[in-house]
Amino acid sequence: MAPLPAPSPPRSPAARTDHDYSLARAVGKVLIRRAAQAVSVTFAVTVTCFVIVQHLPGDIAFRIAAGRYGYDKVDASAAAEVRAELNLDTPAWQQLGGWIADALRLDFGASLVTGASVTDELAHHLSATVHLAAVALLLSVTLGTVIGLLAARSRGGVLDRLTDAWVALVRALPPFVLGLVLIIVFSVQLGWVPAAGHGERGNIVLPALTLAVGLSGLFARVTRDTVAQILESEHVHFARTKGLAGHIVLARHVLRNAGVTLVAYIGVQVLILVEGVVVVESLFAWPGLGHALVHAVFWRDIPSMQATVLALALIVVVVSTLVDLAVLALDPRTREMQ
Amino acid sequence: MPVRFPALSTTAAVAVVAVVLTGCAGSQAPNSAPDAGTGDGVLDVIGPLEVHSLNPTTAEGIFTRLQVAETLVDADGTGELRPGLASEWDPSEDGLEWKFTLREGAVFHDDTPVDAESVVAALELARASEANTISVAPIAEVRAQDDAVIIGLSEPFAPLPAVLAATSTQILAPSSYAEDGSISRVVGSGPFRVVEVTPPSRVELEAFDGYDGEAPRAESVVYESVGRAENRALMAESGQADVVFGMDPTSLQRVEGAPGLQVESALLPRTIVLKLNAKHPALSDERVRQAFSMALDRPAMATAVMRDPEIAATQMFPPALETWHNESLDPLTHDPERAAELLEEAGWAVGEDSVREKNGQPLQVELLTFPDRPELPTMAAAIQAALAEIGVGVDVRVDNSSEIPAGHASDALEMALFTRNFALVPDPIVTLLKDYPAEGGDWGAMNWSDPDMTEALSRLVTESDHTGAEANTAREQIGITLQEQLPVIPVSWYRQSVIVNDAVEGFVLDPLERSWNLAGVSLQE
Repeated sequence: MAPLPAPSPPRSPAARTDHDYSLARAVGKVLIRRAAQAVSVTFAVTVTCFVIVQHLPGDIAFRIAAGRYGYDKVDASAAAEVRAELNLDTPAWQQLGGWIADALRLDFGASLVTGASVTDELAHHLSATVHLAAVALLLSVTLGTVIGLLAARSRGGVLDRLTDAWVALVRALPPFVLGLVLIIVFSVQLGWVPAAGHGERGNIVLPALTLAVGLSGLFARVTRDTVAQILESEHVHFARTKGLAGHIVLARHVLRNAGVTLVAYIGVQVLILVEGVVVVESLFAWPGLGHALVHAVFWRDIPSMQATVLALALIVVVVSTLVDLAVLALDPRTREMQ
Repeated sequence: MPVRFPALSTTAAVAVVAVVLTGCAGSQAPNSAPDAGTGDGVLDVIGPLEVHSLNPTTAEGIFTRLQVAETLVDADGTGELRPGLASEWDPSEDGLEWKFTLREGAVFHDDTPVDAESVVAALELARASEANTISVAPIAEVRAQDDAVIIGLSEPFAPLPAVLAATSTQILAPSSYAEDGSISRVVGSGPFRVVEVTPPSRVELEAFDGYDGEAPRAESVVYESVGRAENRALMAESGQADVVFGMDPTSLQRVEGAPGLQVESALLPRTIVLKLNAKHPALSDERVRQAFSMALDRPAMATAVMRDPEIAATQMFPPALETWHNESLDPLTHDPERAAELLEEAGWAVGEDSVREKNGQPLQVELLTFPDRPELPTMAAAIQAALAEIGVGVDVRVDNSSEIPAGHASDALEMALFTRNFALVPDPIVTLLKDYPAEGGDWGAMNWSDPDMTEALSRLVTESDHTGAEANTAREQIGITLQEQLPVIPVSWYRQSVIVNDAVEGFVLDPLERSWNLAGVSLQE
């Protein structure tokens, strides 16, 4: 990617209006495109999820009964009661119609297992997941950027090699192994933070750290390469030559340029984050979407499953939208391209 | 934006040190004692049960275990019935009408008295669901009479008081119910009242001032559900939890000998059993079922899988069920030679490969189990290996637990491995009535029946004196029939283990898992 020109002198009022107009138009285009994407994702996820549920093995009424009554109280009469209550014998095409209608209204009715409103439960789970994901993302960006910057400054040096090792190590460690190791070190050995659970101070530290450490490797890699490339560029050499202090060059010329790449990269990482959330939430008993999804699939709690999957898919769309907007704000060229 | 590099280097150094530390820590024994409790005066309790419902039918007894709600009848650790919300109960002469007199002074957490009308209302709601345990009793009507509840039966049913000790018959106040009959909050009458429930994982409780019995020693309790046993063990080790339920043998090994922790354990009225489809061409033959049983080296399996040789089953009923465990029965033993002979006698000869055959059909059986209890798939593999020794081919399938009742209903099930709790209702007869009726039961016999067994079961239903000679003979008969005919093969008994922090005083483990006895527990400062 070509480097940005150095900041231009203040513009005339007329130019500013033009600029604002082009920014507003670019933002509008992003929002329209992403809204269309949200609708098509909703449709695609709903249909796919429905097809998968239809093909999952096992008798659905028995599964739901097992979720409701506990496994050793399930018998044929409990399953029959569930089947009659939930009209599970309705033809598949009618059920699919119901699914799509639910998804478009964003109203999923009551959970088949708990009987509580799915929308209420979803709000609870969603806030827990967003909290965890946001803290994890913030930590991983900070950790990754710092490590990447240090490595870029000592290209080929010991720190650079250590970064390579770090990247390889954290990418190779599955989250549940990393999570257990962190619990053993920080809870059992050092006693600094709670091992698992939700609702007490410090509960978020370990799950967020587990996710963040896993993600930080790639951020470090991308930061290192981008920053290294920018440090080599002519405009950075020029800035140095004209006598700017090192930290000013870094902040004005290097970080802003690297920011464009990094922010765009966050969009890609969110997919990995969503995948990691499912494992990490189960490991740390964090009652978020991942935890809810595992249970919903296990118990065939169809409305909860549908709502959870949709929420996870829409999180990706929302984050992608935010990333697009952030890139628009950081990089003026993209506004013109729009 | 100025960036200070020395600070960054420190951060990086800490990160690197953390990685190095994490790398070495896995194999180390814990070297720091857990804190004395969490130090905040709150009793922190961790268990595997999730709070996914407030409804007594589906809440898996979580609010009775936490002593928030009470049942009409209670039971001690051996299953002996004792007064709960009812201070006494009596059947009429013909056994068709039972009178449960309510305990004087019992108060719901909303300060309304526990009266007969509210008890009737709660029982009527329990009866509305087929899946509620109360549906086993032939109840015709429930009505209030002064300070007593009258239950009319369509036929005599002696174990009625035991059924009313089942947690799904707990009595909640009228203010617990929303207009549509669903439960909006749990208002019970026990020593603890609910402060907040956050499904699926957290319940906060405080001592209830108006409780008419002995006041609880802990002011507040927090229960948290954590699904994985190894996590629960780590939470105990780190001092985050004061009492941790549902420990598996592998995770227990980690904490044994850890400073500041005690492990309490008790034999449960629970047995790991192998359910057999007696319509299967091989399993219909009693000799084949006996051969399967003799192929199992139960002490070795219990040692390897459960880390506890003492719980190898010698009969269906574990010693925890004092009135049902029969010392005079010939124990189930390991005898592979005799097992091979029995299979030969039944016509299953060694074929070309290692699997036996009869009329060209291989002796091949599918074994279904599920992973909710992590020892089950391992135990299934051990059974597979043991049966291979006598020439039986076993395909193990690990699936959802509900596949077992579903396979029972469709008759497709061949063998299944699961655990059976005989004390969901404190008197095991209620579970046996569901498992071994003439037509078979989802978690019991399949295509097997025996007239002596059926007769003995119905005698226990009508015999009101459950300690008398008649009842003893009937129980003995059931034990003998199960031992000889093996419609379901007992494999191992069960031990429940709980990790208790040294700061906890007065903890008593209930082998029936009806109550977690937290009211008697206090935390040392």
